[in-house]
Amino acid sequence: MSLDRSDVDKIAHLARLQIEEQDAPEYAQNLSNILDLVDQMQAVDTSDVLPMAHPLDAVQRLRSDEVTEANKRDALQAIAPQVEKGLFQVPKVIE
Amino acid sequence: MFDKTLAELAQGLKSGDFSSVELTQAYLNRIKAEDEKYNSYITVTEEQALAQAKAADEAIAAGTAGAFTGLPFAHKDIFCTQGVRTSCASKMLDNFISPYNATVVEKFNAAGGVMLGKTNMDEFAMGSSNESSFYGAAKNPWNTECVPGGSSGGSAAAVAAQLAPAATGTDTGGSIRQPAALCGITGLKPTYGRVSRFGMIAFASSLDQGGPMTKTAEDAAMMLNVMAGFDKHDSTSVDRAVPDYTADLNKPLDGLKIGLPKEFFMDDLDSEIAERTQAAIKEFEKLGATVKEVSLPNTALSIPAYYIIAPAEASSNLSRFDGVRYGYRCENPVDLEDLYKRSRGEGFGAEVKRRIMIGAYALSEGFYDAYYNKAQQIRRLIRDDFAKVLSEVDVIMGPTTPHPAFKIGEKTSDPVAMYMEDIFTISLNLAGLPGMSVPCGTVNGLPTGLQIIGDYFAEQKLLNVAHQFQLATDWHTQSPQGI
Repeated sequence: MSLDRSDVDKIAHLARLQIEEQDAPEYAQNLSNILDLVDQMQAVDTSDVLPMAHPLDAVQRLRSDEVTEANKRDALQAIAPQVEKGLFQVPKVIE
Repeated sequence: MFDKTLAELAQGLKSGDFSSVELTQAYLNRIKAEDEKYNSYITVTEEQALAQAKAADEAIAAGTAGAFTGLPFAHKDIFCTQGVRTSCASKMLDNFISPYNATVVEKFNAAGGVMLGKTNMDEFAMGSSNESSFYGAAKNPWNTECVPGGSSGGSAAAVAAQLAPAATGTDTGGSIRQPAALCGITGLKPTYGRVSRFGMIAFASSLDQGGPMTKTAEDAAMMLNVMAGFDKHDSTSVDRAVPDYTADLNKPLDGLKIGLPKEFFMDDLDSEIAERTQAAIKEFEKLGATVKEVSLPNTALSIPAYYIIAPAEASSNLSRFDGVRYGYRCENPVDLEDLYKRSRGEGFGAEVKRRIMIGAYALSEGFYDAYYNKAQQIRRLIRDDFAKVLSEVDVIMGPTTPHPAFKIGEKTSDPVAMYMEDIFTISLNLAGLPGMSVPCGTVNGLPTGLQIIGDYFAEQKLLNVAHQFQLATDWHTQSPQGI
């Protein structure tokens, strides 16, 4: 599996990552090498094997729908990059 | 004093040989004087440590102390500590003061433990060498030109350099066992779900597990007694009674059945590590164990499967770092997409970006079946291999790593070569099984580890086996020259 420059740009966009122009060839090379490594999996016939998501085959635990946590907005927003009137600030998204 | 184990220090506190404040101050002074050489700590929490030590001394005086009261230790900087920076060794979280404590941190606080500081690690626990840390690589105390292993490299280096008697670590593909082996200490990765993941910054949620890194198996048992247990805040925490992990340490090993997977003694294994491992197995035979060859035929597939599952889960987990609610934000974003992309591009290091991209690619439209689903199928094959072998033997043994510690910088340009160092440890995470590494010798002056693998929730058995080995050998008491 060999990725080129445009593949790296596409994946970086999917992951919302800015990749510097000069670093792109190295990422393409490294990611291609990693994909070559993982492609060893394709040699194994797994047609009758169930995928395993949890080693103990546990299922999601449910809880009753009750309020258990106090409102900690001030503490949680104290570490935010930009806050105004209790809201997280981001650049304008609607013109 | 710095060569004492947690068990010995607990005895000293109990009999009044020294106070927790004296002990803590001694460690803080030593960190200040020595850690420049090892870079094992990211943050030292002097004030909080002395306050905790003072409270511990009061509890000891009042007769309300428990087994862990007043004992100093360090937390890997992946565990959220309220009011203390929790960086995960990333620029992304360099400014992150956690608003809450991880469950593991709460448990040590409740047990009266004294946190000396937060240890260095690979960024977001992604690495096998500690070189991806935003704060620079931690150094191996046995040879400071070598890596301490990773990702819990700072914890391993701190214990080996006697800058903490014990530390916490986390293990997603070997991140407790591999640095323990490379630094000559004892490390235990518990069964998946045994130790709460709440407040332990997530890398690959179906693989991550916290555990102790110590001088001895006995100390690991003391640590696990504090760490283990059900937590309703962790949706994959296992609701199962916690035994006293020190209770079985002294059981004799007569009749113990050990399996040696032939796949662990092939190909790339350093010949001297193979010899040290075989010598360790001979010790167990002297203790009454029987040994047989077993097979884990899908071992070689564990690395390919892991490098889909772990990056896929990481790409999802690390999507939370967006420059909006906490952590690093880029300067002057022109729009929301620019804010996301530059905050993440500037905040994450190269290895983290590589893994996020691999994960995003594997999960992208049209590739899910070929990659993630395939890896989950192989994961079952790997687990079934272990289940079959563990129905025939009590424990599986082999080397923890194929090589001793490598030089800093030696493998940074070739990520795939770095990944191969985890060949013996990764399969346990995929299967969810517990495993330990204990020191079993040195190669060219660098320590090597024996890995001991057991069935689900067999931590007591592993600790018993490791403790008996440590009663019969003295590899675990050896220290790097000058320490």
